[in-house]
Amino acid sequence: MGFIFGAGFFQSSPVLVAIVVGGLVAVVSGVVGVFTVTRGLSFAGHALGDLGATGGSGAFLLGGNQLWGFVVIAAVAAGAIELIGIRSTRGRDLATGIVLGAGLGIAALFLYLDTSFSNTTGASVTILFGSIFAIQSSLVPVMVVLGLLSLAIVLTLYRPLLFSGLSPDMAAARGVHVRAIGIAYLAALALAVSLSAMTVGAVLSTALLIGPAACALRVTRRPGVAIVVAAAIGMLAVWLSVLLAYDSYYWPPGQRGWPVSFFVVLVIFLVYLLTQLRPRAWADRHLARTQSTSPRLADP
Amino acid sequence: MFSGFMTDTWAAATIVAVVAGVVGFFTVMRGAAFVAHAVPNGAFAGGAAASLLGLNPVLGLGVFALVGSLGISWLGRRGRNDVVTALALVMMLGLGALFLSMSQEYASQTFSLLFGEVVGVSSAELLPILVLGVVCIVAIMWLFRPLLLSSVMPQVGEARGIRASRMETSFLVILALATTMTVPVVGAFLMFSLTVAPAAAARSLTARPMAALGLSVGIALAVVWCAIVLSFVCNWPIGFFVAVLGAGAYGVARGWALYRLRRRVPVRLSALPSMSAH
Amino acid sequence: MTVAAGGDGEILRLEGVSVWLGGRQILDQVSFALHRGEVTGLIGSNGAGKTTLFRVILGLQPTTSGQLWLGGRTDPGSRPVIGYVPQSVPLDPDLPLRARDVVGLGLDGHRLGFPLPSAVRRQAVDEMLRAVDAEGFADARVGRLSGGEQRRVLIAHALISRPRLLLLDEPLINLDIRSEHEVVELLARIAGEQQIGVLISAHDMNPLIPVMDRIVYLAAGRAASGTTEEVVKTEVLSQLYGRQVDVVRVRDRVLVIAGSDEEPADDHEHAHAVAHPGLV
Repeated sequence: MGFIFGAGFFQSSPVLVAIVVGGLVAVVSGVVGVFTVTRGLSFAGHALGDLGATGGSGAFLLGGNQLWGFVVIAAVAAGAIELIGIRSTRGRDLATGIVLGAGLGIAALFLYLDTSFSNTTGASVTILFGSIFAIQSSLVPVMVVLGLLSLAIVLTLYRPLLFSGLSPDMAAARGVHVRAIGIAYLAALALAVSLSAMTVGAVLSTALLIGPAACALRVTRRPGVAIVVAAAIGMLAVWLSVLLAYDSYYWPPGQRGWPVSFFVVLVIFLVYLLTQLRPRAWADRHLARTQSTSPRLADP
Repeated sequence: MFSGFMTDTWAAATIVAVVAGVVGFFTVMRGAAFVAHAVPNGAFAGGAAASLLGLNPVLGLGVFALVGSLGISWLGRRGRNDVVTALALVMMLGLGALFLSMSQEYASQTFSLLFGEVVGVSSAELLPILVLGVVCIVAIMWLFRPLLLSSVMPQVGEARGIRASRMETSFLVILALATTMTVPVVGAFLMFSLTVAPAAAARSLTARPMAALGLSVGIALAVVWCAIVLSFVCNWPIGFFVAVLGAGAYGVARGWALYRLRRRVPVRLSALPSMSAH
Repeated sequence: MTVAAGGDGEILRLEGVSVWLGGRQILDQVSFALHRGEVTGLIGSNGAGKTTLFRVILGLQPTTSGQLWLGGRTDPGSRPVIGYVPQSVPLDPDLPLRARDVVGLGLDGHRLGFPLPSAVRRQAVDEMLRAVDAEGFADARVGRLSGGEQRRVLIAHALISRPRLLLLDEPLINLDIRSEHEVVELLARIAGEQQIGVLISAHDMNPLIPVMDRIVYLAAGRAASGTTEEVVKTEVLSQLYGRQVDVVRVRDRVLVIAGSDEEPADDHEHAHAVAHPGLV
């Protein structure tokens, strides 16, 4: 046992914070991620993450914690997405990419100023690649509340969210306030992205948002099951990564440890590749079994 | 500003801008903006690895960019395009973070690989950059016509014997080479801006393909040169100016195009030939 | 195995061409010939195999059996130029290409290298634009043109390389009636003036009847070819489909009406009319 869990693992306070907060954040990201993927908004999620770099570094510059920077800019960007419209066309993708680029350029400026003025040399790393072991304990309750809020939004609006994602016109005809639902979803997304930016970094937050959800959707077609699977994959990935990062203090190059966010991304990527190995065959056979009334699907 | 070590920067930046303008022309035309976003991230991991191992960063950048760009294309054919690319992109960033974490100057190296540096171009890097640049430009000029046809009307191209898959692979290889030479100057995160924004601006300003190509290069050059000057003057990162000026150029171009569209009486009406039949 | 050399004006001949794809037989012993100066309609519903047939002619789809003779050669390596207008060519409205640039690409788009302007090239492009009545919008962005205008530009693109054969995949889809009419007339005129063979695929034969010299009717992978009078008959189509269909002529339009599945082939009284113009 001592071999797997490095010395002092369970006594370390940052580790416990990382496990609790990281686990919760992973669950939130996984759940919100399922809706993100099914609504085809992966690119928006990615954009919010990248812009987080701008917000986080700006917050640093103003002397605050990066969490507020993440949240504020995610909210603003989500609002912009709502106003301009989510529909993806080639022109819109282009414009979004260029705006993102400008945002990253501004992040570059802020990070540079951070280094010269406030003497925080690690700003780039913290904001871009996360700081799960360095979360201030005063922020833990805040993060927990925000995480639970995001989950609450998505789970209470579960059915209308799914419906309006599948077919907005039909949902509107049935009395669903598609626009309001959309705004609520974007709020949940902004929170989820901000929280995962704190743990794995702004530019890697996409992995936690989209990865587990994509894996879940490859093994099941039922949204309820997908949500549970995504949350589980995310949580286990983060826990495993915390463990590996802690143990890696004893690995080369020694005394420094490998970044947690690297492990998170690696684990999620590997799990995704695994789901790719069993493509439609698995899901289709599963589908055939769950459809008890129809005859067995013929093999192609 | 024009003294000794800066000439390296001017030379590198100029050829980078030309290549970005030319490659960007096709990137935008093929709707490959997301790939153009992803390949530099792969290069970032390679640059980090090379720097950790003490090799010439251009080597690391090149190998990873090439593998990344071809890998994205291969993966894209097997699964859902956007999810796969997004995860691969992030994986590359994560790898880069790992490699940099093992080096001595984690933060500053992270910054310079991602966002570029005015004095980031060493003499050792200049020659490979120039050579790669020339190779890129020659390759694109050589493939220009079939690549254009295949990008705009792939089925028609196939009928004429131009295999779309071959053109795609060639384009991705050229993109990887362009990435390799651009990242040292403007950084992995902002190469996308330099590649896409001038070309997107150019196509809003003109409908003639050759003019659009020329404008794409011209705007890229203007952006990069202004960025060097501004960066030199106030010491702010060059990537910041490149991204913001690029976005600005795009905004101005689109605004102008919209303005022209609103002002002009629909020329189309008078040009409909069938009207005259009645 | 040699195929008999083409008769007068023959530029394309298929004999017994069969294609299997994904375990299904898409084309079954298809045989027909195209002649210069003639407009031939390839009629069949969606999924009947029209696009596959085009791909066979273009050399993009290998056949399981059968022979294809094209302009004097059976060797696909030395294929003569075939003009091809695909069904849908999505063109970004912001694309920096004018109509005349697209037409110019038809001339040399397949050759390596960088396009250099030349007076000869410009003249050829202008001439072709005139031939398809596209001068009025020659300098407009091709992505902003209407469906009918884009169709004409694509036809010009296909024709500028002086092919002997022009293939058009469902060129009339999504066009309003007037544009439909214009495109059909244009194609007939081109076939006659330039003495090329034009093969137009469609699921509705009616817009093509005024100009169609021959028809190739495709159903269930099998083809019947000949003149419209020879092919579009109850007996011929019933045999092709393998069940009862009736051909009804209403003024100058043709309706092919399907019988229900359970009816034997020669029982007329219980046929339930499901009328679709030209398709079952």
